[in-house]
Parts: sequence; C-alpha cells; structure tokens
Amino acid sequence: MVEILAAVVIGLLAGALGGLFGVGGGLIFVPALVLLFDFGQVEAEATSLLAIIPVVLAGTWRQHLYGNVRWRPALVIGLTAIAGVELGVLTAKSLPEETLQRLFGVLLLVVAAQLAWRARRIS
Amino acid sequence: MRYIAIGLTAGFFSALFGVGGGIVVVPLLMLAARFGQRSAMATSLAAIGLIAFAGTVSYALRGDVDYEYGLLLGLPAAVGAIGGTALQQRVAGPALSYAFAGLLAAIAVWLLV
Repeated sequence: MVEILAAVVIGLLAGALGGLFGVGGGLIFVPALVLLFDFGQVEAEATSLLAIIPVVLAGTWRQHLYGNVRWRPALVIGLTAIAGVELGVLTAKSLPEETLQRLFGVLLLVVAAQLAWRARRIS
Repeated sequence: MRYIAIGLTAGFFSALFGVGGGIVVVPLLMLAARFGQRSAMATSLAAIGLIAFAGTVSYALRGDVDYEYGLLLGLPAAVGAIGGTALQQRVAGPALSYAFAGLLAAIAVWLLV
C-alpha cells in the first residue's frame, strides 16, 4: 500500500518536473525504480518506457491543439526508430547491468550540466 | 533522409536508457532539420509516443516490463505534466533550474557510487 502511494506521488512529481523543465519523465522514472523500488536497471528502463506513453500522449494532444506538431516528420522519425529500438534493447540486455546503470548516471550528469548551462544563459 | 537518421539514433538512445529520447530528438530537429524550438519540442513529443511504444513492446516480449509500476508511475505523471507545463511560464527561473540540475546530479552520484 505504501509502495503504491509512493509510486503515485513520484509519478506526479516526475510528470510535473518534466513539464516544468521540458525533459521527459524517464530521467526520473528509471532511477526511482532502481533506487527506491529495487528494480534491476533493464527492468526499470523497460517499465519507464511504458510509463512515458501516457505522459507523451497527453503532451502531444495539447501540442497538436496548438498546431505545433509536424506530423509527417514525427511519423517518419517514430517509425524508423523501431530499428534503432531493437538495437538499443539488444545492447542494453547484453551489457552488464552495473555498466548500464553507470552509463545512465553519466547521462543524468550530462543533462544536469545542460540544464545549468541553459539557466546560466537566461539569467 | 535526415528524419530516418534522427529516428534510428533516437530509437537506439531511447531503448538503451529507457528514456523518451527528447534529449537527442529536439536538438537534432533544430540543428539538422532547421525546426524552431517550439515545433521541435512538439514534433519530438509526437515521435516519442511511437518510440516509447516500440520500446515497451520490444522489452515486453522479453518479459522485462512491470505493467503495474508502469501505470502507477505513468498515469499520475500525465496529470503532473499538465500541471507542470501550465506552471512553467509563472515559476520557471534560473534558481529552479539550478535546483533541478542539482537533484539530477545527486541522483547520478547515487547511481554511480
């Protein structure tokens, strides 16, 4: 019960932070599942991808109403991505989980640096 | 052709890390396809819907997806994202960005050590 409540609260927070800063929820979902809910890195990534779907559907709907979405490029990118996805899944599953987790840590550091850099330019 | 290259890169990145891939799609659309920031972010979101779906199916076929937690996180996150986007104009500023960057860096260190 506590775990369910914690997951819902983290979901809300991840979504709100993503919306505020224009980054996806995955950056929060994956470490939350690994560090707080004892998931393995691969399972956390797989589950994060499922969790992302409702978030981007809601966002896409809004952006479509604003007329900002260019559908043809979106479809071409989304459909050709399938080949890349297969390669990504195979790579993730062939790496030792600890290596994958460390790579993810590096990715988070890069995004953090990018956010700080953008903030510095605005201020 | 450019979109195919962006799609392949984004799909690989997204599946490897379990993230949407906006971090690569948005800058690539702006740099390689001359999108403005607003349409790059909107178009990237639409593409990520398909990418995340493909990634979920591919991992699910291998038995790696936990549906319960996926929905427990994802459905509230959709609500949170609507709230966060609405707040963006009013509260977003450098201080908040630094705080979020600090949070991500702290999580990174937690993962790395």
